[in-house]
Amino acid sequence: MDLSFNAEELAFRDEVRAFLKDKLPREISEKVRLGRDLTKQDMETWHALLNERGWLAANWPKSFGGAEWNAVQRHIFDEECNRANAPRIVPFGLSMLAPVLQKFGSKEQQDHYLPRILDGTDWWCQGYSEPGAGSDLASLKTRAVRDGDHYIVNGQKTWTTLGQHADWIFCLVRTDPDAKQQEGISFLLIDMKTPGIEVRPIILLDGTHEVNEVWFTDVRVPVENLVGEENKGWTYAKYLLTHERTGIAGVGASWAGLSAVKRLARAELSGGRPLIENPHFAARVAQVEIDLMAMATTNLRIVSGAAAGQAPGVESSMLKVKGTIIRQEINDLARRAAGVYAMPFPSEALEGSNEAPIGPEEAAATAADYFNNRKLSIFGGSNEIQRNIIAKVKMGGRG
Amino acid sequence: MNFELTEERQMLQDSLRRFLSDRYTTATRNRIIDSDTGISDEIWSQLAELGVIGALFTEEQGGFGGAGFDITTVFEELGRAGVVEPFLDTAILGGGLIAALGNDDQRELVEQVIDGSLHLAFAHGEPSSRYDLNHVAAQAVQNGEEIVLNGHKAVVVNAEAAGYLIVSARESGAPGDEDGISLFLVPTDSKGLTLRGYPMLAGGRAAEVTMEDVRLPQSARLGQAGKAYPALQERAAVASTALAAECLGAMETAASLTRDYLLTRQQFGRPIGTFQALQHRMADMLIELEQARSAVINIAGHLSDDPKIRDLNVHAARNLVSRAGRLVAEESIQMHGGIAMTQEYELAHIAKRIVMSDHRFGDTDHHLERFIALSAA
Repeated sequence: MDLSFNAEELAFRDEVRAFLKDKLPREISEKVRLGRDLTKQDMETWHALLNERGWLAANWPKSFGGAEWNAVQRHIFDEECNRANAPRIVPFGLSMLAPVLQKFGSKEQQDHYLPRILDGTDWWCQGYSEPGAGSDLASLKTRAVRDGDHYIVNGQKTWTTLGQHADWIFCLVRTDPDAKQQEGISFLLIDMKTPGIEVRPIILLDGTHEVNEVWFTDVRVPVENLVGEENKGWTYAKYLLTHERTGIAGVGASWAGLSAVKRLARAELSGGRPLIENPHFAARVAQVEIDLMAMATTNLRIVSGAAAGQAPGVESSMLKVKGTIIRQEINDLARRAAGVYAMPFPSEALEGSNEAPIGPEEAAATAADYFNNRKLSIFGGSNEIQRNIIAKVKMGGRG
Repeated sequence: MNFELTEERQMLQDSLRRFLSDRYTTATRNRIIDSDTGISDEIWSQLAELGVIGALFTEEQGGFGGAGFDITTVFEELGRAGVVEPFLDTAILGGGLIAALGNDDQRELVEQVIDGSLHLAFAHGEPSSRYDLNHVAAQAVQNGEEIVLNGHKAVVVNAEAAGYLIVSARESGAPGDEDGISLFLVPTDSKGLTLRGYPMLAGGRAAEVTMEDVRLPQSARLGQAGKAYPALQERAAVASTALAAECLGAMETAASLTRDYLLTRQQFGRPIGTFQALQHRMADMLIELEQARSAVINIAGHLSDDPKIRDLNVHAARNLVSRAGRLVAEESIQMHGGIAMTQEYELAHIAKRIVMSDHRFGDTDHHLERFIALSAA
């Protein structure tokens, strides 16, 4: 056992740290620090800076233009990014679709789509969930019917994150309604400009527009946009979901969140003393920090296992459950720390304007974040589904 | 022992519940929240006509209720429907403080509150006071016949709609002293008074209030100079009672929406409510809901007792209700899944009302600390 990074890993960390110090635009990191919404332009700017350095596609093989970092390097990168308040890399093209194309896509698809993901030509979104197919994803109903050289797609996807920015959507569609649920599903790439596609915004409870409904009415999709084999889409989808869960522990985000809570609690007064000295509040913070210290090590155990070539299995489900509980607890602490200044709703009008914030700057988004991050335990396979997976695997499929 | 509502309160509950379920739908309420004023004048006057405000005042004050159970009956229904109109601010705090401390002239304003024609706001908390009632730094200085106010009041709910602010300011002592705090009736169009308004996350509006040499006549003072603290404590207790009852009503809605959803939402070929893992969590929510109901009964039943007994029950109830409220809000959202995250779904607003009530007149920890201090004394 050795809990420290080796010399090579430390050198890598310093390299990442220097890059972030040098290249991450201050106005973007300030937005991240204060929990403000990022524009499409902000995200594209950050992607371009990383791409220039060759670090945008951390998990891609070098042959496809990726950095091909091992799991420990990726972990270090994530941790440093969170420490520096760098934006999250938009995952849909880079870490969800790309691994599927690299493993199951045709040479033509790889040559066409992968460079466009890297250079930002195409913004991708994910067409998985449907109104009737959430946790039970395999019950999805969006139909694709073969008509000559095209599929005709009809149906509706929902919770499509950042779909309002997307040029393309990768979709799970039902191609064989008579097969068993998982066996009649195909994986299609659809140009969002195709006639018959309508994107309708869903406004979340904190007033943000980050998810959408995507409606398909007689949408004609060329047959060459099928990935892999017809009716084998579920296999690819499951492959993709394991990638979605990589990094789901959110250790870096939790440390950043905990630091923000402590800063706020040092500035806020309770009984004339800094809130951080209040024994009840301090106990809450300590409890989360203790959990996070252990979870960070659990995460590293799994990360170094993955670096040694072991596929993360049930452990990624465990990390998702514990990681999201910790992040949500930190969001709860932040809104508590903000006191009465959790109540104002930071309106869009104020965001980006030069008007002074209402109350402490770091208090402004705490309550909105608390509500928004309830999604963490719902999306990417709800925590209930993760617990089912853990129980099923650990109890040998019995029960 | 009798845990039934009196006939009058039962009638009030029924008529208020009927009115709100007919008239205060999710769509209507969301339009109100998005409006410039953040509240509806029409709903306000209709509810005043229904007697909702009168029920919050005693007969002596011009109302027909005013006891703990009147207040909890009204606020439980307001909470159930997620009402954002400022009954707490105008009636319980503003009207209540004038009724408690005002002279005959000042008390005429209470009539206007009861008939729905006047809004008020309580400008008490300050940027660094958090939930400490005694932390008043704003200054009131005698200048000949005038009183001059200076200071900053934080998150003053309903300030923009109010005709008057009830402003706390210090005439002697230092922030943290109970003695030396006075209350003043300050017209919102006073020179030197600046409101910076903004919407709140759970609906309604508030403002940062700045006072720069606001000049008032002696007749603006409510009650005796420097002696407002016991009345502040009493109103904070009543406000906490109202908030706990409101939270309880909202929790009932959250639990009921969740129950309905579990019974209708199909996944894996059956209603998700047939999964035992979810059934047990629903059961836990309902257990906590009954605990909250009892805590609200405790607080209402002891609201007129001596301050120590009163406050012991206040702090106990707020601590319990906010713990139970968080569980109900979070579990309701989780068991619904994505749909509960959308603004147009009723639960989203209800969950916000529940959680954000933890930020008025003390959160879970604040009430725990006060409970410990009182029960140890």
